[in-house]
Amino acid sequence: MGKLLEIETLSVSLPLPRGTLQAVRGVSLGLERGQSLGIVGESGSGKSMTALALLRLLPRGAQVQAGRLAFDGQDLPALSETAFTRRIAGPGIGMIFQEPMTSLNPVYTIGRQMTEAAVMRGMLTPGAARKKAIDLLDRVGIHDPEARMGQFPHQMSGGQRQRVMIAMALMLDPALLIADEPTTALDVTVQAQILDLIDDLRREREMGLILISHDLAVVAQRTDRVAVMYGGELVEQGKAAQVLHAPAHAYTRTLLQAIPDLGTPPRGAASGPAGADTVIDARGITQVFTSRKGLFGPKRKVTALDDVSLQLRRGETLALIGESGSGKSTLARILLGLSQPTAGTVSMLGRPVADLSPTQRADFVQPVFQDPYSSLNPRRRLSEIIARPLALRGTGNRATRLDAVREAMDRVRLPARLIHAYPSQLSGGQRQRVAIARALVTRPEALICDEPTSALDVSVQAQILDLLEELRTEMGLTCLIITHDMGVVHQTADRVAVMYQGRIVEEGSASVVLTAPSNDYTARLLAAAPRFEEAHA
Amino acid sequence: MSDMSLASSPAAPDAEIEALTPGQILRQRMLNHTGFLIGAGLIGAIVLIAIFAPVLAPHDPFAQELSARMLPPAWAEGGRTEYLLGTDQNGRDYLSRLIYGTRVSITIGIGAATIGLLIGVTMGVLAGYFGGWVDHAISFLLTAQLALPGLLLAMALVFIIGPSIWVVIGIVGVLHWTYYLVVTRAATQRIRGLDFVAAASAAGATPRQIIWHEILPNLGSQIIVIFTFELGIAILAESALSFLGVGIQPPTPSWGLMIAEGKQAMFYRPWLVVLPGLCLFTLVIGANLMGDGLRDITAPEGRN
Repeated sequence: MGKLLEIETLSVSLPLPRGTLQAVRGVSLGLERGQSLGIVGESGSGKSMTALALLRLLPRGAQVQAGRLAFDGQDLPALSETAFTRRIAGPGIGMIFQEPMTSLNPVYTIGRQMTEAAVMRGMLTPGAARKKAIDLLDRVGIHDPEARMGQFPHQMSGGQRQRVMIAMALMLDPALLIADEPTTALDVTVQAQILDLIDDLRREREMGLILISHDLAVVAQRTDRVAVMYGGELVEQGKAAQVLHAPAHAYTRTLLQAIPDLGTPPRGAASGPAGADTVIDARGITQVFTSRKGLFGPKRKVTALDDVSLQLRRGETLALIGESGSGKSTLARILLGLSQPTAGTVSMLGRPVADLSPTQRADFVQPVFQDPYSSLNPRRRLSEIIARPLALRGTGNRATRLDAVREAMDRVRLPARLIHAYPSQLSGGQRQRVAIARALVTRPEALICDEPTSALDVSVQAQILDLLEELRTEMGLTCLIITHDMGVVHQTADRVAVMYQGRIVEEGSASVVLTAPSNDYTARLLAAAPRFEEAHA
Repeated sequence: MSDMSLASSPAAPDAEIEALTPGQILRQRMLNHTGFLIGAGLIGAIVLIAIFAPVLAPHDPFAQELSARMLPPAWAEGGRTEYLLGTDQNGRDYLSRLIYGTRVSITIGIGAATIGLLIGVTMGVLAGYFGGWVDHAISFLLTAQLALPGLLLAMALVFIIGPSIWVVIGIVGVLHWTYYLVVTRAATQRIRGLDFVAAASAAGATPRQIIWHEILPNLGSQIIVIFTFELGIAILAESALSFLGVGIQPPTPSWGLMIAEGKQAMFYRPWLVVLPGLCLFTLVIGANLMGDGLRDITAPEGRN
């Protein structure tokens, strides 16, 4: 029996305003029937492009060249467009995408979307397709699948939609399933469930699986073979255990080192007790959002925060963890003074925040946001962006502000030649450095970082966390880090607060909370985090 | 924590592609867009003609030579080389009148589109940024404006105030702001939710500072696109008003007015109507090509 998938010297190039980008260069991969392959790499390493090239889903204008591209013995480039859609895309190779919120069509019911492909291809009658869809929904863990068939995507959560996507891909019984970052957009607890589900289904159906991820820990646990991509090239491939425990290539080693280590004791245990005085004190914060349907519609109330109290002490790093929708970001906005709580007070160094002017407040606490692509104004140069907080205050003149910008850029290790660049010319990590430089240019007491690294690659994440740590000791900063990533918590936090459904369910020193959680939810959160201790042995 | 560096890994993948500034990217896309180049070329040429009208026009556009009335163009039978495109009912040189007509069209187009821009963008940004009752009030104004019959209202207003070029500019401008409002309101709502606005607000910026410094620069490209489209619309509106007799008054040369004056003789002296019509067509298609091109250039992801 031949190989399920053979890729030899695959190259993909994309046209860019100036020149072309070699997104994939001479990649050769193979996959046996029923085997699973993990492709790991940073964003821009060409891992998704490889998968998209297989399914002819590349962006317009992309050029594909391959020595051989064969699925189940059939030469793919030779197939006509109709033969390809009828035999390969769907029945041969199924694909699950990253973003469950946008990969289902919002105007059709789940049932229609699931049965459409099979019925259209004449593989099943509508009745049989419906029965199969219900069975599959049940298999992927959707409760009451009969009723769900008539529902629309917006009536489901992200995790449920990703389950529907998986069931939909399985409707045509593909011999190969490609999952492109299937859990990156999901919460940790959901992530583990989805990955387990994919893994079980693969064994059950003897399907081939390609799992694409930037997260080595995710891939390490669930695949037989691992391929590591960097800069469009395949730098290493082999058995999972071999690649991860005895990496041959330098890049794989740096990737492995960059993974936050959950095996060692948390940082909090090592560092001494933080200063006693409270920098930011939030008491009894309750936030209720009232929305109305239209101008005269009935009011609806949603309680985002329910009697939350949180103290941030001088010099410490407090990690606030919880799933999306637990109210973390709402709390951050209130602590920053960007929105007013329905009830409760925030005080900064003993003064209620309501008494402070916006600039006084800004001198005191500054934010770093999650998405470095939206946190910088695309129409402004770095010199303007970083100097803006000073300009708003009227501090100094143009020349002294430019000096301050240089100093801040130096502090966050940004090369000085970028001073007149636009954000679009920078990488994600560099942009996040700019955001940190902007936050620090007025020398605030406290920094509130809302998921500062979750949009970044692992290796960049490590650099940014190092930088934050350095700045914290150097400038005596107090940090609140909001995250869902237990690795980040492990690496940075002195104290941990866990949020669940708008309440703080557990709070304490990092060493205690992370090793002996007293709350049920915290324990689940910890158990779900992908682990990767063996590699460091 | 490991003090790792990526120095040992292969060269960064994007190092070989020099990143361009937004301005450079824009310039490159402009030069690669044929439609935009044609449109911008037409508009540029017409603006130049308008500026240098006194140099280019072979005759005084107001000078009448009653012995040479309704001459056909030079190439037709009975035409004279002296009057390249013939003469009108009063024996005025048609080419000179067409050349001077660009001044009226361009002035009214730019003036009216600018007035509409000021009204529409102000309201759009306010509605988008503040939301709530401000948004409700402005959206109501928009609905009311869309329900009014534009040309009829313009006619009535010009009739009441009295026709002059400035009145026409003002009225056409005041009636053409809806497109600006709709687009800037939606764009402002989107930009307002982005993190850099929150960062500015956390740095102590007031709403006014946020609107001027963070939001407006990001609306620039959309506003320019609408401006070009509105330019064409305003020019057509002026022509329609002049044709109906409530716009530019004789003897000022305006293309719409020239069509109106030529319409009695349309069947046996067709060039009197065809020539100003062609000019109008060229100008408006130039504006639209430029607008289409700018839209592709500034938002390439929306192109098919």
